[in-house]
Amino acid sequence: MKALQTNNASNLKIKQHRFVEILLKIFIWVCALLTVSFVVGIIIYILVKGIEGMSWNFISTPAAAYPVENYGILGNIVNTLYLIVITLVIATPIGVGAAIYLTEYAKQGRLTKIIEFTTETLSGIPSIIYGLFGSVFFYSVFKLNYSILAGSLTLAIMILPIIIRTTQESIKTVPIMYREGAMGLGATRWYMIRTVILPCSIEGILTSVILSIGRIVGESAALIFTAGLAYNLPNITGIGDIFKKAMDQGASLTVQLYQYAARGGEEMKYAFSTALVLVIVVLIINVLTKIIARGFKKVK
Amino acid sequence: MAIIKASAEAIAANSSSETEKLASVKKQKPKNTIIGVGNGLTEKIMHIVFLICSSVAIIALLLITIYMISSGAPIISKVGLKDFIFGDKWAPTKEIFGISPMILTSVFGTIAAILIGVPIGLMTSVFLAEIAPKSVVKVVQPAVELLAGIPSVIYGLLGAMIIKPLSYKIEMLVFKDNPEHIYTGGANMFSAVIVLAIMILPTIINISRTAIIAVPEEYREASYGLGATHIQTIFKVILPAAKSGIATAVVLGVGRAIGEAMAIILVAGNMANMPEAFNSVKFLTTGVVQEFAYSSGVHREALFGIGLVLFVFIMIINIVLNLILKGKAKAK
Amino acid sequence: MAELNNSDIKIVTKDVNLFYGDNHALKDVTLDILSNKITAFIGPSGCGKSTYLKTLNRMNDIVPNVKISGKVLLDGEDIYENGVNVTYLRKKIGMVFQKPNPFPMSIYDNVAYGPRVHGIKSKARLDEIVENSLKGAAIWEETKDRLKQNALGLSGGQQQRLCIARAIAVEPEVILMDEPTSALDPISTLKIEELMSQLKEKYTVAIVTHNMQQAARISDYTAFFLVGEMIEYGETQQIFSRPKNKKTEEYITGRFG
Repeated sequence: MKALQTNNASNLKIKQHRFVEILLKIFIWVCALLTVSFVVGIIIYILVKGIEGMSWNFISTPAAAYPVENYGILGNIVNTLYLIVITLVIATPIGVGAAIYLTEYAKQGRLTKIIEFTTETLSGIPSIIYGLFGSVFFYSVFKLNYSILAGSLTLAIMILPIIIRTTQESIKTVPIMYREGAMGLGATRWYMIRTVILPCSIEGILTSVILSIGRIVGESAALIFTAGLAYNLPNITGIGDIFKKAMDQGASLTVQLYQYAARGGEEMKYAFSTALVLVIVVLIINVLTKIIARGFKKVK
Repeated sequence: MAIIKASAEAIAANSSSETEKLASVKKQKPKNTIIGVGNGLTEKIMHIVFLICSSVAIIALLLITIYMISSGAPIISKVGLKDFIFGDKWAPTKEIFGISPMILTSVFGTIAAILIGVPIGLMTSVFLAEIAPKSVVKVVQPAVELLAGIPSVIYGLLGAMIIKPLSYKIEMLVFKDNPEHIYTGGANMFSAVIVLAIMILPTIINISRTAIIAVPEEYREASYGLGATHIQTIFKVILPAAKSGIATAVVLGVGRAIGEAMAIILVAGNMANMPEAFNSVKFLTTGVVQEFAYSSGVHREALFGIGLVLFVFIMIINIVLNLILKGKAKAK
Repeated sequence: MAELNNSDIKIVTKDVNLFYGDNHALKDVTLDILSNKITAFIGPSGCGKSTYLKTLNRMNDIVPNVKISGKVLLDGEDIYENGVNVTYLRKKIGMVFQKPNPFPMSIYDNVAYGPRVHGIKSKARLDEIVENSLKGAAIWEETKDRLKQNALGLSGGQQQRLCIARAIAVEPEVILMDEPTSALDPISTLKIEELMSQLKEKYTVAIVTHNMQQAARISDYTAFFLVGEMIEYGETQQIFSRPKNKKTEEYITGRFG
């Protein structure tokens, strides 16, 4: 027995070198480092190049050709804001309504499956197809030329799946207990939705709105075909003009970026400055989403 | 709200017969038969309102399908389906519309981007989920999420500034003894594939990472208990267990790659050539965007034809891949 | 206790202390586990018996913020020494968990997992190991015609026996079981208890259980844990009929726990 023990004494420390194992470990690290360097590189590059053309003037004035040539993206900022507001005003009620219908009214069956399949499919369609569709449909049906409104309508369809899905998830987390409590008191369905479900789901709806803003801000292909390429500020002389602007062409920040980049040369640095602005917006949106999630966790 | 909560708790604390009664009441969908708050008319109206809201999605999809078909049909009837899809020359000025080079470019470009992007992305998600210390994850994860939200034009911009010159240098090296090569200056298939691969990384990483984290701890414990190493556990237990999530990630990556236009329009080139690594190429997507503004008449109809082809492609990919995924999920 | 040779002792633990962060979970635990016997660890919830079990095959290594001191010797060799190959250690000391956790793979692949991980590739050899292990876990008859089917389709009791087969497949010397029947129905529990009596012929078995009757039924030696300390250890017969420590007596007679 003692002899066996001394054999065992060296057994536990045997080294098993597996070649494949070491190779895989290296592979994982290499890929991770590659990704990290992309991420870091991209962020730093945009920062450095973006600061070159950046100035208060850049953000606060619209571009102009005369009397003095000026590079400014205020016009684009306004366009983007218009797009965001109009798109959300159209899509949010519809999306929330659809989500409510799917979780509260509809029986689990063919209709719900069809709607869910449709939503999945819509979210998989690339923006260029939306752009082509928008340019044809809103022109022939609504007689809209290149305009912010046409862009918004197109974007509204694009973000519908986001709002529906996120709101649906949020509504599903409302405890059954609350619903039964309300019904037990004699509340009717819509009343219960209005007073119990919706307040509980505000966080989800808010999140879906913010995610949609992110999507809207980042969209370009769909807008080139619908909202056009112009960049001037609206000539506001009255409330009416605010609404009239929606019927004008308007290049969003992304579309403007594309134009700067396509022209190249001198204008490249303005492309990067616009990119910097966009990245900061995306950053803010990410942070906002996280804050909302945390904020509502505390309240709960 | 507090009252409802309190009453809910009171109800739950009651005997089971009460819950049964409630359950049956709920099943009856008491719309306007319950005496209580809210009147019957509002209920009916709201029900219809919500029904309409959910039909909007269906109507939208139908409209898109109809309009894509109706605006793409004219060119196909003019040129003929076979000539349009299999023709290999694209010359709008001469009214020759053959899009097979573009189709091949889109297909091979997507496949190449997936072949490069998925391994790198998957390994990175393994790194983030299994290997990296928490402090590293705290920094890298938000950065990857940030990248996921960056507009595609910005990828295009970076591609133009960084990848294009690099690609040109490689091009010069590869073809330095070949006097017949038409130089692209870096705007070619190779650059486009690289940009696409980088673009789909965040999608692959984030979704795969979620799937990996969701693998139950018990599987890991069992694997370690049997004497497996961390790497063995990852590749033999965790990744197989996460495969449906990873498949979803790949599908979304494919969808993103094949529909991308703005990210690659500045680096892909402008000629409808056959997809070779250092040829100037047109993707289905870049072709449409590049020529839309100045096109008219038959040329524009042809672009809508491309749109239709792209639409059909996407639909087929979506439906097929979703069926495969759902089939796999059911088999479990 | 009866006279023991060195060869009768499989695992020695001496003055083992374990901290989860600031929580002193194991205090100076000293006991010897004997070869080819079933040793049971009993005690109320949170007394440290599962934690102790996991120190025997270094499964606590996976938990963050864990500090261990003291000696744990397998056949005379300290398993916590520098340079010890932990994956090889876990081949020698296998573990079965409280909740059956077969991999989402076929029955065959579940059992073959361990051997494959340790380098066995030949199909013939794997077939042999799978069959022997399933037989050793008394589940061969029920599974031999559906080896390729997903293991998750088995009942709870069958899954646990599959996990035992899986543990046996790596040819361990010791099998640790952490409350192996607490998630199972009475019939499956009985089947597994029968199995354990057979297992001790080939393996050393250590089992954590919160079911005193189970410990009394099947084990040869029993150790009673309380708040991280090992209070009393001895032959099961003696522990349950003439406990030496008052606290042991109180636990066994149901005054607490």
